[in-house]
Amino acid sequence: MGAGARAKDSALAAFIACVLAIPLVGFDINTAGSLTIVETRFGWVAIAVAGVFVGRLGLGFLPRRQLSFEPLGIAVFLNRNIRPLAWCGLAAAVIWPFLPFSSNYLVDLATNVLIYIMLGWGLNVVVGLAGLLDLGYAAFYAVGAYSFALFAQDFDLSFWQALPISGLLAACAGVLLGFPVLRLRGDYLAIVTLGFGEIVRIILRNWSSLTGGPNGINNIPRPSLFGLVFAAGAPPGKTTFAQFFGISFDPGHRLIFLYFVILALALATNFITLRLRRLPIGRAWEALREDEIACRAIGINPTTVKLSAFGTGALLAGFAGAFFATRLGFISPESFTFQESATVVAIVVLGGRGSQLGVVLAAVVLVTLPEFGREIGQFRMLFFGAAMVAIMIWRPRGLLALRAPSIQIAEPAREAAE
Amino acid sequence: MSYFLQQLINGLTLGAIYGLIAIGYTMVYGIIGMINFAHGDIYMIGAFISLITFFVLGAVGVTWVPLALALVLVSAMGFTAVYGWTVERVAYRPLRGSFRLAPLISAIGMSIFLQNYVQLLQGARVKTLPPIIVGGYQLMESNGFVVQISHLQIIIMLVTVALMAGFSFMIAATPLGRAQRACEQDLTMAALLGIDVDRTISATFVIGAVLAAVAGTLVTLYYGAIDFFIGFLAGLKAFTAAVLGGIGSLPGAVLGGMLIGLIESLWSGYFSAAYKDVAVFGILILVLVFRPAGLLGRPEVEKV
Repeated sequence: MGAGARAKDSALAAFIACVLAIPLVGFDINTAGSLTIVETRFGWVAIAVAGVFVGRLGLGFLPRRQLSFEPLGIAVFLNRNIRPLAWCGLAAAVIWPFLPFSSNYLVDLATNVLIYIMLGWGLNVVVGLAGLLDLGYAAFYAVGAYSFALFAQDFDLSFWQALPISGLLAACAGVLLGFPVLRLRGDYLAIVTLGFGEIVRIILRNWSSLTGGPNGINNIPRPSLFGLVFAAGAPPGKTTFAQFFGISFDPGHRLIFLYFVILALALATNFITLRLRRLPIGRAWEALREDEIACRAIGINPTTVKLSAFGTGALLAGFAGAFFATRLGFISPESFTFQESATVVAIVVLGGRGSQLGVVLAAVVLVTLPEFGREIGQFRMLFFGAAMVAIMIWRPRGLLALRAPSIQIAEPAREAAE
Repeated sequence: MSYFLQQLINGLTLGAIYGLIAIGYTMVYGIIGMINFAHGDIYMIGAFISLITFFVLGAVGVTWVPLALALVLVSAMGFTAVYGWTVERVAYRPLRGSFRLAPLISAIGMSIFLQNYVQLLQGARVKTLPPIIVGGYQLMESNGFVVQISHLQIIIMLVTVALMAGFSFMIAATPLGRAQRACEQDLTMAALLGIDVDRTISATFVIGAVLAAVAGTLVTLYYGAIDFFIGFLAGLKAFTAAVLGGIGSLPGAVLGGMLIGLIESLWSGYFSAAYKDVAVFGILILVLVFRPAGLLGRPEVEKV
């Protein structure tokens, strides 16, 4: 393209941006009581148009984009040094609460990050390994959280007793949903799981006698360390953690304890996935992701293989849900919206489907981003939506995924279309 | 009986709107075999543009209702069409020939982006529009229960029927419609025969966006309250409608929309309004499991 053509192309893009921006950016409707005020923001429109013009012009100087399965250089580097990196990360995670600058706030933030890392690793089994897009992951998370809350309250089970039950119930929900729908093709499956996620949320909101409806469940018991409770005063017949060790009570102890619980859960998740991946079942998941028809031809039963992936993912989500419930002591249906599922899917997709390290990095970025300021927090989901589109265009396998397809046909559909 | 009739009228009105959105899903699916997850948000943007146009027209002094309505409709259709085109150009066209789930993930990203875009620019709170078209007819009265059909409900159904008719004509008898049908059968073959495939696909997205904009305008008038999240549920229901009718089939989309509207309003009329969405999603799952081709669709043959 010559300079003139390039300028013309950029002008066209700027014109389209102008048309797009005029109604939604250019006008601001404020309803204050019965009075409606229309304000204009044409300055913003001008900025947007100028931005698009310059951006498009700049993009024109880049080499033409090819649909690429080549990994990024950084991905190659990280994957080559995965073991030392993983151990360093683990060491950092273990000493994190005891670092000199560490505070209750930082430990709590790290706990939050770890919840998303665990969810991301759990969903990675379904999306990354088995290639099934699950848009209703929050449903299983919710099943885990609610079953933990109900079992802990009504049957007086401790965290460690109720944890496996909530995981198993979530896995049952996964198998129950998966059994009829896993025969569906990928994109249908995504929509059905999305619908299922909504169904679960609506039921939680309306079945007030069991779930407390929109008010949720309060006063969920906190976990204890081998019977030692984390509280200022010991309930009858129990010893507090501070009393046992003869130290003064500090609310930070519980935060640190919770942090190590989720760290252990997340590491267990990682360990299980890494091991499963080397078992025949894990190989079958990945084979199924690459080519379902070929799998059927060599005698893999797609339904049972998919069902196992789906159930495993749901089980891990159930564990994470139980932890979520015990950590906050309060749950309500609004914690399990589609936004939640979309966030976890975004973590997996951005990090690289199948890449455990990618999930960690994506979760760290996603969860800590709003902490840098409310303005940045507001733009978080906007940024993630745009990033999902961009990643699909530039690196369809995610930023840190290394596994290139072993054989690739030269894009027949594209060539024909052009 | 009269209660039933009233629910029937409400359901058909709702169904007409779902049908308009469902056409966008079904056409895109027919041609490139992807679920345009962001289509519900295109409808939301249409609703917002119509609301903004209403207020802007009010501010500049256009108050004669028929003229204002016509201008709002034109503005919503025009601007939303550009949104539809841009979404396809930016998020889907570069992905042709990529792996199967790539366009869907990209569409989900687009949907998240559009929702937050509108939320940031126009605020998260519900925007209200005062009723513009009021009044209606009393159809019958029995046991003190009055069955009513409002002018707006009549307009919604008339607009829907007119658009369907015009649209079916376009598919059946214009060069663009012929190109679309050809692309639906075989993209590569259509390209070999000299059809500009990219342009046809773009046109499909534009048409879908225009219909969604009409649906958005009608909803804004009908309910008088919109927010940035309406596209999610409406999109999901319209998709259910498209699947129920048989995805890829245009009459199917309208039929599915009508059925979903009826089910929703009868369910909330006779059982419980709280679980009406559960009923709709339950139907989606049941249809996909037992009759994935839908009511009017052809079963899909998997080619190796």
